[in-house]
Amino acid sequence: MNIQIKNGRLIDPANAVDEVTDLYIQDNKVAALARAPAGFQADLVIDAENSIVCPGLVDIRARLREPGHEHKGTIESETQAAAHGGVTTLCTPPDTDPIIDTPAVVDLIQHRVLKAGKCNVVNLGALTVGLEGHQLSEIARLKQAGCVGITNSYNYISDAKVMRLAMEYVASLDMTLFLHAQDQSLVAQGCAHEGEISTRLGLEGISESAETIAVSRDLILIEQTGVRAHFCQLSTANAVKMIARAQHDGLPVTADVAIHHLHLTDMDIGYFNSQCHVSPPLRSRRDLEGLRSSVCNGAVTTICSDHQPHDVDAKLAPFAQTEPGISSIETLLPLSLRLVEETGLSLSGLIAKLSCEPAKVLGIDAGTLGVGSQADVCIFDPESYWTVSEQNFQSQGKNSPFIGWELKGRVTHTILGGELVYQLN
Amino acid sequence: MRRTNIQLDKNNNLRHFLSVEGLNRQILTDILDTAESFSSIGSQQVKKVPLLRGKTIANLFFEASTRTRTTFELAAKRLSADVLNISISTSATVKGESLLDMLRNLESMHCDMFVVRHGESGAAHFIATHVAPHVSVINAGDGCHAHPTQAMLDMFTIRQHKGGFADLRVAIVGDIKHSRVARSQIHALTTLGVTEVRVIAPKTLVPREVQSLGVHVFHDMEQGLRDVDVVIMLRLQNERMKGAYLPSAHEYYQLYGLTTEKLGYAKPDAIVMHPGPINRGVEIDSLVADGPQSVILDQVTNGIAVRMAVMSMTLGRSATQGSVKREATKAGPKAGKEAQ
Repeated sequence: MNIQIKNGRLIDPANAVDEVTDLYIQDNKVAALARAPAGFQADLVIDAENSIVCPGLVDIRARLREPGHEHKGTIESETQAAAHGGVTTLCTPPDTDPIIDTPAVVDLIQHRVLKAGKCNVVNLGALTVGLEGHQLSEIARLKQAGCVGITNSYNYISDAKVMRLAMEYVASLDMTLFLHAQDQSLVAQGCAHEGEISTRLGLEGISESAETIAVSRDLILIEQTGVRAHFCQLSTANAVKMIARAQHDGLPVTADVAIHHLHLTDMDIGYFNSQCHVSPPLRSRRDLEGLRSSVCNGAVTTICSDHQPHDVDAKLAPFAQTEPGISSIETLLPLSLRLVEETGLSLSGLIAKLSCEPAKVLGIDAGTLGVGSQADVCIFDPESYWTVSEQNFQSQGKNSPFIGWELKGRVTHTILGGELVYQLN
Repeated sequence: MRRTNIQLDKNNNLRHFLSVEGLNRQILTDILDTAESFSSIGSQQVKKVPLLRGKTIANLFFEASTRTRTTFELAAKRLSADVLNISISTSATVKGESLLDMLRNLESMHCDMFVVRHGESGAAHFIATHVAPHVSVINAGDGCHAHPTQAMLDMFTIRQHKGGFADLRVAIVGDIKHSRVARSQIHALTTLGVTEVRVIAPKTLVPREVQSLGVHVFHDMEQGLRDVDVVIMLRLQNERMKGAYLPSAHEYYQLYGLTTEKLGYAKPDAIVMHPGPINRGVEIDSLVADGPQSVILDQVTNGIAVRMAVMSMTLGRSATQGSVKREATKAGPKAGKEAQ
């Protein structure tokens, strides 16, 4: 389909573009900016006046729940939700059922993703068989099957020798290792940040050191093994400081934060609001400020949704017995836009953290609107207000602590490979 | 976001009793006053008032309990309510029925009140947010979070012996970290306006940032008990003595066990309390537990009156709180005097 997007403010951080101009899409690719290519006949003209035209968002971590947890979400429903949220590429962790520790599971997912046709999906493979932390998976075969990285997901490998060997092996294959650094012996049965709130509510706390100890061990092993590593979803101010120091020392490390950690603290748990049960837990105000400043100053290059749709029952129990996670892919963009108003982050800088920067971490060709690149585009109205409600979630999971929030910024069009996959009515 | 206090109805009367936190001094005092008017009923020939006649109360105990369940049952019966005792072993919930399904079933049997004890913090709040509008929930202990009727019966006992709260220094000794009793006591004491609340324990048993609840932390009994009017000992669970929280019961007793000698650091007229069941020789010496300064058995007796007060105030909301008191006083005319 040939598409002309006219009059929009085009922001493409990868190419340092920020100007009001027209974008021409032809043969699934970005064909030209400003002036139509010779002989261009538009099948569709989108008037994006007063709107922002940017690369389709790249979400470095979102769970689709399929295969294995279709009562929480399906590839169909969650990629539809992604399109609704302006996301055109997402990366899934391997903790499906079956776990992504063999190429067959990758093939299965990719087959269904293509059938749904709403969003590009890339996968991380499991570092160890069954994510059990003992036997390495066939990592090279996972790479051949298309896995863009490797991770043991939430299952922290407490055996430092296994971790060291895993890092060495991943390094020899020139892959990126994605780490959830949470020392399980310190997390134990914890379900909330250890502090005033966990003390008041009698919830078992998770200390800051559960994260900082794990990050520091892994940084030492990264230095020793030379593996390229990405720290997922850091939650504490001290951990992101450690990452900044490691980057300064030249270690090949990057990091992301989940959008909810930039807006919520443990205070939001109130009286046991299970929608605020996430892993790692919502931390203190000081941590939130620390995360925000490292998003602004560049140590943290990527913001993700950490989308985790749940069925209703998963959140209907006493706090500690509920399942952690937020259905968040449809609020990723507007919540991120708030950071522009509330911190010193520029709009272009923010969009980079939602597009070209995560693409760089994943090592994929996405998150750019350069001429010749795949035409994945997000168009949003930055001034449009809307109230988050279960009804306007297209995700099967309605679990969100942001329900009832009035947010600014709304996706109006999502274009995937030159095809319109979402349009606001 | 649920920021409103679900314990109160729109007229600010007590609808549920889930935690002491969030209730003001007036409501706490009302509970104590109402309890006082009930306190003589137990010693009368006819130990019943008709306040909750026709109401059905279900005691849902997901954790074992003798005293708390018995006193709740007695309290309900003395208010003329019908009582269902349901002990739910953890294995029953493992069978697959969710907590919510169980509640829905009981609601369809037209229960008016759930008295809930559960091993998870927040269980009572969870239940209260999901019950039908006519149902009241009373928290009989949830995880490490709250045990508000225990705290109120402790406050009742303190008032009985000390006359008030304003000039008191109170020390709570033991496993603060895992104690729902301690948390509720701290909120009650600070709300009722005591001079100082202290907690005394090794660091392993003190939760992080407990100072934010308005207490002073001590790790030494001699310093912590100095000039104290009330000493509250907490039960030390056996499992704490196995892991790395403490080396042994013996060493714990040596450092924190309340002996006559250590009680000597407190004021001479200090009272000694314990929510029970007591571990003699672990947290308290028998000489102290059974000694003249101990009011431990008063606490058990007062438990019934306090639970009657809370039940009648939550379930008898259609009647004004004044009429609850009148009805109670009619049944026990000497109530007020005897409590002195």
